Amino acid sequence: MASHSESIIREPLITGKDITYAKITNDVLRPVENMPGRAWWIGFSVASLGACLWVFAVSYTFWYGIGSWGLNKTVGWAWDITGFVWWVGIGHAGTLISAILLLFRQNWRNSINRSAEAMTIFAVICAATYVVSHMGRPWLAYWPLPLPNQFGSIWVNFNSPLVWDVFAISTYFSVSLVFWYTGLLPDLATIRDRATGLRRKIYSVLSFGWTGSVKTWQRFETVCLILAGISTPLVLSVHTIVSMDFATSLEPGWHTTIFPPYFVAGAIFSGFAMVQTLLLVTRKVLGLENYITMFHIEAMNKIILLTGSIVGVAYLTEFFIAYYSGGEYEQYTFLNRFIGPYWWAGCMMYGCNVLMTQLMWFKKIRTNIPISWVLSIVVNIGMWFERFVIIVVSLHRDFVPSSWAMFYPTWVDVSVFIGSIGLFFTMFLLFIRVLPSIAMAEVKLILKSSSEQAKKKLLEHGNLDKEQVEFYKESLTSFDSVDITDYQKL
Amino acid sequence: MSSTKYILGLFADPDEMMHGIDTLQKNSVPIYDVYTPMPIHGIERKLGLKDSRLGYAAFMFGCLGGTTIFSMAYYMLVHDWPMNIGGKPAFAIPDFIPITFEWTVLFTAFGMTLTFFYATHLFPGRTPRVMDFRATDDRFVIAIDAKGNIPHDEITNLLKEAGAVEVKHNDRKYVSYE
Repeated sequence: MASHSESIIREPLITGKDITYAKITNDVLRPVENMPGRAWWIGFSVASLGACLWVFAVSYTFWYGIGSWGLNKTVGWAWDITGFVWWVGIGHAGTLISAILLLFRQNWRNSINRSAEAMTIFAVICAATYVVSHMGRPWLAYWPLPLPNQFGSIWVNFNSPLVWDVFAISTYFSVSLVFWYTGLLPDLATIRDRATGLRRKIYSVLSFGWTGSVKTWQRFETVCLILAGISTPLVLSVHTIVSMDFATSLEPGWHTTIFPPYFVAGAIFSGFAMVQTLLLVTRKVLGLENYITMFHIEAMNKIILLTGSIVGVAYLTEFFIAYYSGGEYEQYTFLNRFIGPYWWAGCMMYGCNVLMTQLMWFKKIRTNIPISWVLSIVVNIGMWFERFVIIVVSLHRDFVPSSWAMFYPTWVDVSVFIGSIGLFFTMFLLFIRVLPSIAMAEVKLILKSSSEQAKKKLLEHGNLDKEQVEFYKESLTSFDSVDITDYQKL
Repeated sequence: MSSTKYILGLFADPDEMMHGIDTLQKNSVPIYDVYTPMPIHGIERKLGLKDSRLGYAAFMFGCLGGTTIFSMAYYMLVHDWPMNIGGKPAFAIPDFIPITFEWTVLFTAFGMTLTFFYATHLFPGRTPRVMDFRATDDRFVIAIDAKGNIPHDEITNLLKEAGAVEVKHNDRKYVSYE
């Protein structure tokens, strides 16, 4: 039933007064049905300039080859793979939110899953462009696929983690896309039924003729549940396989059995940080404070704290194992992160990822929007440096000191990276302009049970444990979208 | 003879709509379908719908995907062109697990979703068959086939009593057709 009452000690997931089903639709569709404001245009202009830079830098790479990057004989893999792993990692939060949190029945996912999944898809697109552009001969990009060919057929090597990666990333991308789009159908139908003229025709095609009949919803829910069930191991497998690209090599610093869980935790960590970066701005600009509340922000900060601490434990384990292994090359690699010429990269990695996130233990910091926003960016800077340290710092001082070298990025390296951020934001801004950034149907589902007004009705009705009521009122004080004076007389 | 084809009871609240379904069923008025802006649990049982069998389809597609890629890997690396990699066996089952898993998931997702679209007649560009435009927004709509359910006024009253905010007598089945 839609109306069972939830315990008063749970914080509300929808705040505001007089929220009706119609108001949810109106609020969520405002940016879709009206011309965007100035903030959107400014953001879009900057982002699309970045995307143009990306097009130019990647075209330059295709034309002149990867010799235009700063790679050398010793460091043969640098910003390209760093950028790839960084983007794939960021692309992990969306499916975690939509799949794992669905299985755990975490209702707060309902208002953030849509934009997080969109973000996932855009991040994986950015990652995929790195894969193609770092091949050097992108017209042969089909070579990692098991296709019959005229060389024998000589087949791909299914023993290789790089081939597994092709399968993992392509499966992850397409399954995420299917999951996201299926979830969009009811909301696209809502836009269709409110629109007129050409808009109606476009959204009519996009909404696949959705009607919302009983049987459709029943099947829809089955599909979503099973997709969540299979996406959960999928999302864990993807970064596990990415980590095996490194872990199955014999390179000190890469050859580590802890890599799979460590990479998965790091991926969720950076993904949630990116969701936080985007949503804290989006909720303000689009006026969605009633749906993406302080509870959501704090819950995401808690996940950032948890995964950041798992990453911290993984770092410590790596150091201990390097010491305990007795292998001098292994020991040197880890010592080199602090005393080598890249000590500053090591400091950025450990400082941003472990030390800074520990601040999240304080509730004052978790519920402070500006600080949360800055910390979410710090996390992603730290996670970029983590990949840089693992990749470049492990490579740059190899077994033969005469071949030791430094890596200096060229303008092409820098432009591809900055451009990929522009590309990502261009896609994200287009998304919030043409598609509902909050899953309306799913938010409507929790309106009667978990909204502030429903809880207020419970309070007015009385018969509640006094301690619990005080606890609830106390928790509301941190919300920026709740008028706490309403509660003084209750 | 009335020209009404369908009677629609529009509810603003899902619980009142459930009450409406109960009222109609108590009075032996058959319900054609119910349209809601969000999934309402419990309607399918009230209307006597069977459980979805998509789970079985998903399982079959998963088995198909896993078998396909495992057979491909076997054919390519063991039968067609075995490679000597440090003298290790060509039929390296543990190495085939990641791809087998990925394709199991891939086939499950695509197979099940496409089956869902096929069974529910969803495809890009399908003309939407909408009985009321607000059913995807903020109205919970019970549709009753007017043919054979002659006492229209009685049905209207039943719906209103159950809490319908509006009762429509539509001459056309779908309002979305031009």
